[in-house]
Amino acid sequence: MDMALKTARVALVGNPNSGKTALFNALTGAHQKVANYAGVTVERKEGLIRTASGRTMSVLDLPGTYSLRARSPDEEVTRDAVLGRLAGEVPPDVLVCVADATNLRLILRLVLELKAVGRPMVLALNMYDIAQRQGLRIDLEKLGAELGVPIITTVATRKRGIDDLIAAVETQVDVAAASENHWRSPDATELRTAAREAERIMKACVRPPERPDTLTGRIDDVLLHPLGGMVILMVILFAMFQAVFSWAAPLMDGIEGIVGWLGAGVAALLPDGLLQSLIVDGIISGVGSVLVFLPQILILFLFIIALEDFGYMARAAFLMDKIMGGAGLHGRAFIPLLSSFACAIPGIMAARVIDSKRDRLTTILVAPLMTCSARIPVYTLIIAAFIPNETVWGFVNLQGLVMFGLYAAGIVSALLVSLVIRKVFWRGAVEPFMMELPTYKVPDFKSVVFNLWIRAKIFINRAGRIILPLVIILWVLATFPYPPENATMPGIDYSFAGMIGRALEPIFAPIGFNWQMVVALIPGMAAREVAVAALGTTYAIADAENATGLLASTLSAQWSLATALSFLAWYIFAPQCVATLGVVKRETNSWKWTWIMIGYMFGLAYLASFVTYHVAVALGGG
Amino acid sequence: MTDTIKLSQARRGDQGVITQVGAHCHHQGEAVELERRLLELGFVEGAHVELLHEGLFGRDPIAIKVDDMRVALRRHEAASLTIRLDAA
Ligand SMILES: Nc1nc2c(ncn2[C@@H]2O[C@H](COP(=O)(O)OP(=O)(O)OP(=O)(O)O)[C@@H](O)[C@H]2O)c(=O)[nH]1
Ligand SMILES: [Mg+2]
Repeated sequence: MDMALKTARVALVGNPNSGKTALFNALTGAHQKVANYAGVTVERKEGLIRTASGRTMSVLDLPGTYSLRARSPDEEVTRDAVLGRLAGEVPPDVLVCVADATNLRLILRLVLELKAVGRPMVLALNMYDIAQRQGLRIDLEKLGAELGVPIITTVATRKRGIDDLIAAVETQVDVAAASENHWRSPDATELRTAAREAERIMKACVRPPERPDTLTGRIDDVLLHPLGGMVILMVILFAMFQAVFSWAAPLMDGIEGIVGWLGAGVAALLPDGLLQSLIVDGIISGVGSVLVFLPQILILFLFIIALEDFGYMARAAFLMDKIMGGAGLHGRAFIPLLSSFACAIPGIMAARVIDSKRDRLTTILVAPLMTCSARIPVYTLIIAAFIPNETVWGFVNLQGLVMFGLYAAGIVSALLVSLVIRKVFWRGAVEPFMMELPTYKVPDFKSVVFNLWIRAKIFINRAGRIILPLVIILWVLATFPYPPENATMPGIDYSFAGMIGRALEPIFAPIGFNWQMVVALIPGMAAREVAVAALGTTYAIADAENATGLLASTLSAQWSLATALSFLAWYIFAPQCVATLGVVKRETNSWKWTWIMIGYMFGLAYLASFVTYHVAVALGGG
Repeated sequence: MTDTIKLSQARRGDQGVITQVGAHCHHQGEAVELERRLLELGFVEGAHVELLHEGLFGRDPIAIKVDDMRVALRRHEAASLTIRLDAA
């Protein structure tokens, strides 16, 4: 067999934040599949490279870990990939152990543990630029000899040392043979021995830095100040939501403009009829109504990625731990829940970093209560239609206040629900919270943009793959069968959608919904924001997306205030997003928990709407 | 006698050396797991620790400098670590 043609499989392993993903990006560039969410690697990421000698190498980026003794689902992926236990996968030919050169102690112990796996290994001393800046002296030759692995120094963000690393890996593929896997979960005594050995190697090969990093300590004095740190966290969150709403507005107007222009253009080109209706009313306005959120989602992620890369997210988890802990959540749940304000899907996936099963499950169950950006258009529409745009108490905008109230309702209910989950299911068990607080780093502009681009791709993909088919189905349901010749009502009254809406109307009548709203809820299951487009269709307004004002005035004429408030209450709680439910099923690997979530969310939605409607009617809003 | 305390009893600015990780006797289930996790995060006998920061409510969680890295943990877990305070 021609060895030069054999594809070499390489896996990147190492402690969290050692730069594995940065190294992976430097190695594979744009040639990678799948993506990581929310600043932490939670997906299997694989990329192909072609080496100078013509060999193909497949590189696997793995979640960070301190040990192969996996504690979180995240770390299980790493363990199983390294040991070749993943279904349908062979163990990697070479392990590249990625180390933060300025923080070697723990990775040295991991290297010792990984040697038991018996795979050829290369140690990449990453962040070598920082090590040099600090005047850290590492005797590379001695370290290599002590560990028995070749060592390459790299600067992933500057693409330095990449060719050397590839060459070293190739050498290992060619010359080093895999030996038997002796790995088994180390016990406390073995861990102590390995830690002592790592300490000895460290003393022998590394001279402490001449200019140690004092910046992290000084920044922490401010950011982790008991009171000041909390205030700063609130200011950052406030700035983030301000940005999401104000920066995104012009971009969203731009996208709406393009969608409207495209629809009008296509309408002019195609003859009137079914095809025109399908493409313009169905596809363009349906998909367009979702793409409009891209700016908001990207701005939210921009903040999350930049804060994560800076090293702030671990601090936020530290500051929030006690508050979240009071509600039965883990400090680490802060990041997943924050991501859920953009979209619950990356939030739920980011929950994989939580090492305790129960805390992770609780986080997943409440993540959809965070006000995701898909609710924004629904809230905006109803608020514009029913809440007067006036100032109360001298300085507060009433519409803004209602919006804030809806967000707050989501957060408060998430905390209450997790408290109940803890009391009902876990009986008050407390899980440990410990995490490394990484040193601060200036976020690398290029890698932030790159990660943002990956997020955009995922979102656009989702719009195409999930939402496109659904808007087509919705269009069919709303269009057929045709109304009779002498129809007096809008066409939709005679369609399948109308029939379904009427059939389900009795269930929703007690909470003040009419059948048009029920019809809008059905496609809203696919993606919440589609409900706006669907309301437009059911009220026979063409191009509802570009005529929110018109739709709003129609709604304010047709619905009572009580109905509108009830609809808002419904949207805080209802689990109206099939994609999220799918991810919950996959992440919990349990239908039971998925159904528990669906059940409690629909239950709360119905209850909240019922109470809201009847209180509003009693107060004269009927 | 030098001051030997649980890390959970330490206050901001306290420094010392870890003398024991994990509890002495009842080695079962969760205690064993916690001990291993602490060891993997660098809390080993002989490591130098310093309490850097305390949380707002109940001075919990705490940020600890362990040799040359920083780790956050709750006082509840810190109770498994015994330290000998440096002479002031
Ligand atoms: N100065 C410098 N910064 C780096 C280098 N490599 C990575 N970084 C930065 O270090 C931070 C963490 O890098 P990641 O690649 O996300 O780390 P990771 O190992 O994938 O982290 P997890 O997936 O969470 O385990 C980012 O802010 C990177 O930009 C380097 O060689 N030099
Ligand atoms: Mg990563």
